[in-house]
Amino acid sequence: MSNKANAPKLIINGKRIDGRDFNQLRPIKITAGILKNADGSALLKWGNNIVLAAVFGPQKAISKHFADPTKAIIKCRYSMAPFSSKGEHSRSGPNRRAIEISKVTKEVFENIIFVNDFPGSEINIFIEILQSDGGTRAAGITAAAVALANAGIHMKDIVYAVSVGKVGDELLLDLNMIEDNYSDCDMPMAISPRNGELLLLQMDGDIKQDEIKRAISMAQEAGKTISKIQQDSLLEIYKNVDKQIGVNGV
Amino acid sequence: MVFKMGVFEDVKGNYVKELLAKGVRENNRGMFDFRKIYITKDFIPQAEGSSIVNIGDTKVLVGVKMQIGEPMADNPTDGNLIVSAELLPLAHAEFESGPPSPESIELARVVDRGIRAANSIDLSKLFIESNKVWEIYCDIYVLNYDGNLFDAGTLAVMTALKNTKMPKYEDGKAIYEERNIPLPINSTVVSTTFGKIKDKIIIDPNIHEETALDARLTIANDGKIIRAMQKGLSGSISSKELDDMANISINKYAELNNAINNAVKEE
Repeated sequence: MSNKANAPKLIINGKRIDGRDFNQLRPIKITAGILKNADGSALLKWGNNIVLAAVFGPQKAISKHFADPTKAIIKCRYSMAPFSSKGEHSRSGPNRRAIEISKVTKEVFENIIFVNDFPGSEINIFIEILQSDGGTRAAGITAAAVALANAGIHMKDIVYAVSVGKVGDELLLDLNMIEDNYSDCDMPMAISPRNGELLLLQMDGDIKQDEIKRAISMAQEAGKTISKIQQDSLLEIYKNVDKQIGVNGV
Repeated sequence: MVFKMGVFEDVKGNYVKELLAKGVRENNRGMFDFRKIYITKDFIPQAEGSSIVNIGDTKVLVGVKMQIGEPMADNPTDGNLIVSAELLPLAHAEFESGPPSPESIELARVVDRGIRAANSIDLSKLFIESNKVWEIYCDIYVLNYDGNLFDAGTLAVMTALKNTKMPKYEDGKAIYEERNIPLPINSTVVSTTFGKIKDKIIIDPNIHEETALDARLTIANDGKIIRAMQKGLSGSISSKELDDMANISINKYAELNNAINNAVKEE
């Protein structure tokens, strides 16, 4: 949505700048359980995005002031590494943008986690964007959902997220950084696959109501692929459990 | 590095002390054996250089970014090397988000000191023109903490610097799309961290050993000369012990240098 005057041509002969079709996801790869200390973790590569998510908890809420005797409190930190983007080094630690993303991400998981199962406790979700190329909040939520499942935390569902954008009259699935910078609209969504309902929804730009409907359908359709990758990453770590036990002699 | 750890680590710390009194370490590790070291490079292709170092279960990521900046007033013809460290809250349950802790600042400064003291990077070659020099930002991201962050940090920064490709300089700007010039590297520095528990000295302490340490000493060397040292914790060390550790440090150079070079060479 920045300077339209210098905008590169985002669609050439019906293909996008990285050669994708309009409704095509970038390649996604998830490795679950890669961190030893965390209770659950996932490394996600989504196009050029590299995201590490980890979960600690449920554990006793550290701050008594915020502890809730009826349910677990969810804490979330989304943060971008200073070396994550193309170009210059950035300041480390969460900025205003990161704090907002942390908040809306936390709200997604407050819905999806059975928080009443863990009264008086807290669950910490950490999302580190190690390399960024557009769509990092969606990638972060998708990775965090796997990390939570890997931590064995009771959830209604394994949520996924993806964004849909608009260039001219076309809706494009899963915008990369250049598309995001010059698109007419970007709408990230987090969706619960069991009922297709929206848990995160943000939008900025210019989009018609019927296009919003179509965008949600596109995201739901892509969700089938994303959900499958999430589930497979979890299956992967448990399918060789027998062999692992053999190796470690436990 | 000693953090306030949980009960579990305290118990393991006592176990480690009892073992050491009998002259044994966890997993039958020798007193001066490193855990398994595994290094990969180019994990973050968008950064100018990067690496992941695993020492046992300690996992550290380093990203190198280069940009054009102003020289320091006291060194107007040298480029700048800026090393920072983040103990990410996902690396251990006791690590918290927030401003840099004294431990993370010590980690960054000790890693920086060895590399700087050895003139490992020829900073004078990073001068561009009057008041314009290259800045090298090295960010140490601790992903999983199982002790000995100093040696993991130095290995990771050194590996990342050795595979860094500088952007092209054109009309006062860095062209990040064109990166092919390696950094001017004079030498490779490694660091070796020792722990002392009662009268026993060990190398590469893991998290349980770290909680039990009386004293800690990090020695950085370039294969010939000791380039930097940092003693930590309240215990003391004797001149004889220091001399022994310095010898072992130099002897460990080949092993650590090979680990870096093998990772850098890998296609």
